[in-house]
Amino acid sequence: MNEEVIKAEGLTKVFNKSLVAVDHVNFSVKDGEIFGFLGPNGAGKTTTINMLITVLKPAEGKASVLGYDIVKQANEVRKVIGVVPQEYTADEDLTGYENIMLCADLYGIPRETAKKRAIELLELVELTDFKDKRVETYSGGMRRRLELACGLINRPKVLFLDEPTLGLDVQTRAATWDYIKRLKKEYGMTLFMTTHYLEEADALCDRIAIIDHGKIIVTGAPSELKDSLGGDIITISIKENVDVVDIIRSVEHVKEVKNENGAYRIKAEAGEVTAPLIIEALRKKGYTVTKLSLTEPTLNEVYLEYTGRAMRDIEESREAFRAQRITLRRARGG
Amino acid sequence: MSSANEYKPSLIRGLWALTVRELKKWLKDPVMVLMLVLQPLIWMGLLGKSMNIGALFTSGNLGNISIGNITIPGNYLIPPVNTTVTIPGPLISQMLQQMFSDIGTRVMQNTFGVADYFSYMAVGMVSMIVMTTTMFSGMSIVWDRRLGFLDKVLSTPVPRGAIIFSKVLNATLRAMFQATIILALAYILGLQLSSTFTLLNLLGIYAAIFLLGVGLSSVFIAFSLRSTRMERPMQIISLIMMPLMFASNTFFPISLMPDWMQAIARVNPLSYLTDAVRQLIILPLDAPALITDFAYLSIFAAVLAAFGIVLSWRYLTK
Repeated sequence: MNEEVIKAEGLTKVFNKSLVAVDHVNFSVKDGEIFGFLGPNGAGKTTTINMLITVLKPAEGKASVLGYDIVKQANEVRKVIGVVPQEYTADEDLTGYENIMLCADLYGIPRETAKKRAIELLELVELTDFKDKRVETYSGGMRRRLELACGLINRPKVLFLDEPTLGLDVQTRAATWDYIKRLKKEYGMTLFMTTHYLEEADALCDRIAIIDHGKIIVTGAPSELKDSLGGDIITISIKENVDVVDIIRSVEHVKEVKNENGAYRIKAEAGEVTAPLIIEALRKKGYTVTKLSLTEPTLNEVYLEYTGRAMRDIEESREAFRAQRITLRRARGG
Repeated sequence: MSSANEYKPSLIRGLWALTVRELKKWLKDPVMVLMLVLQPLIWMGLLGKSMNIGALFTSGNLGNISIGNITIPGNYLIPPVNTTVTIPGPLISQMLQQMFSDIGTRVMQNTFGVADYFSYMAVGMVSMIVMTTTMFSGMSIVWDRRLGFLDKVLSTPVPRGAIIFSKVLNATLRAMFQATIILALAYILGLQLSSTFTLLNLLGIYAAIFLLGVGLSSVFIAFSLRSTRMERPMQIISLIMMPLMFASNTFFPISLMPDWMQAIARVNPLSYLTDAVRQLIILPLDAPALITDFAYLSIFAAVLAAFGIVLSWRYLTK
């Protein structure tokens, strides 16, 4: 299936009549893929997600989820989506189980079905042993998993994840990625996520859109975007003090060669295949390779290439900033 | 297989779920309940007991006035006599004391409607607790918004009304519960029930509290929801609480206030709740007055609830 599950056309949001948070954004998400919005804080990621999940109304443009218009058919959209917000929204004074049942009540899921699903979901996110404990005793990772479970109670066809690993340590983050992958496999959903972690986008997403200042700068699969930078970088040194640029350039896939004081900096597609070919070509001519390194471009380089600067931290607004701080504090405190 | 159609997000179920959440949160924090009850309790204990206005007129106040014998020429008497008459001082003193204490009771009756000030102001504390509870529980929506809970709820198909009504209902239920505690404590501390009091009157009291609670909480929820700074609602609450209480019949009858203050007290909904509760507990029931109280409280609740709910609604669906 290649159906478009989410489609946004000219989607725009303006705050306080002047601050353009999202600026005529166009994109579409295909059935079954994980689509990521990557960008720094304040780029408009959360605003976009809030429009898609019908919490905010767009100022201009339109978008649809599973064919339902996010403004005119907001209620239909709400029924078929699941949301895992950036903050820990589970009620600290309730138990994990009570929190999931609260979500079920909001969706109007029949009680018996809801109970069965809650148990099943708690099992899936490995919180069964803690289901009757109050959420205030949970750690950051457990809270995040509980949010995932809550977001899945209505068996959504599209799941929205806003910064799913914000404030988590490296191990918990990796574990959360595993949960997300497993849940996606289990339920065959389409996922839309935002992140400002490049490695997260790289690890999870089938396709990403880099967004900055409310505009989408580029869209594509992570590998495609990396390839667009011109491939991998191979650095080679040889024993002999001779210029071998021409030999290297004649090797297949090599795009660019530079001699930097005896070290050759080579841009090549599929570096892991090309590097042995280069060694082979040099050896045939009687040269000995003494050093070789291979660097694959990271999304960081892609990001820098397109936005022209490194990730920066600016606060979206007082409120967002504070909310983020609260989230972080809860993550640490737990 | 599951499909979206099996779900029936309903106002009632959503309202129930959200209200139960709040009540659970509330009951898990008994300190907060205690703190809110403590304030009117302190008022009641200190002010209600120390301002023993009734004692001003008791004979004890005349005890140390010594009155000498009075001699009256006999022709002043009815019928006149030819000798002079001497009335002994202690007798005069005794009669004055008797008269004074009768006047005292009558003054208390005429001013406060009851013989003791404590009963009068203890009922006023019911209005106070209803006001503080409903105003402060409007604050919880500020937290819901800040912690992202509100946005999550908004992304579910639960009817928007359920979100607002759950807050109003929760605030009102809390007010009713706290008022019950206040009344029970007041009774223990010596509140005098009127002869017309029956347990059925309690239903009337709850109805009156419900009306004021709905009105006040609707406005405060809308206000808390729309204010960008979380401190703002707190400031407003502490600013208006005292004036609202003093410019009402909570502590003192309206008829004895200066005109400008009477004007405020007569539109102040607290006056009507206090009066309704007094009619139902400590005063001999005056049906027309009670009907006026309820009519005013109903109008107040309807207007403010409509205003508050429309404002909140527009915010939630912006």
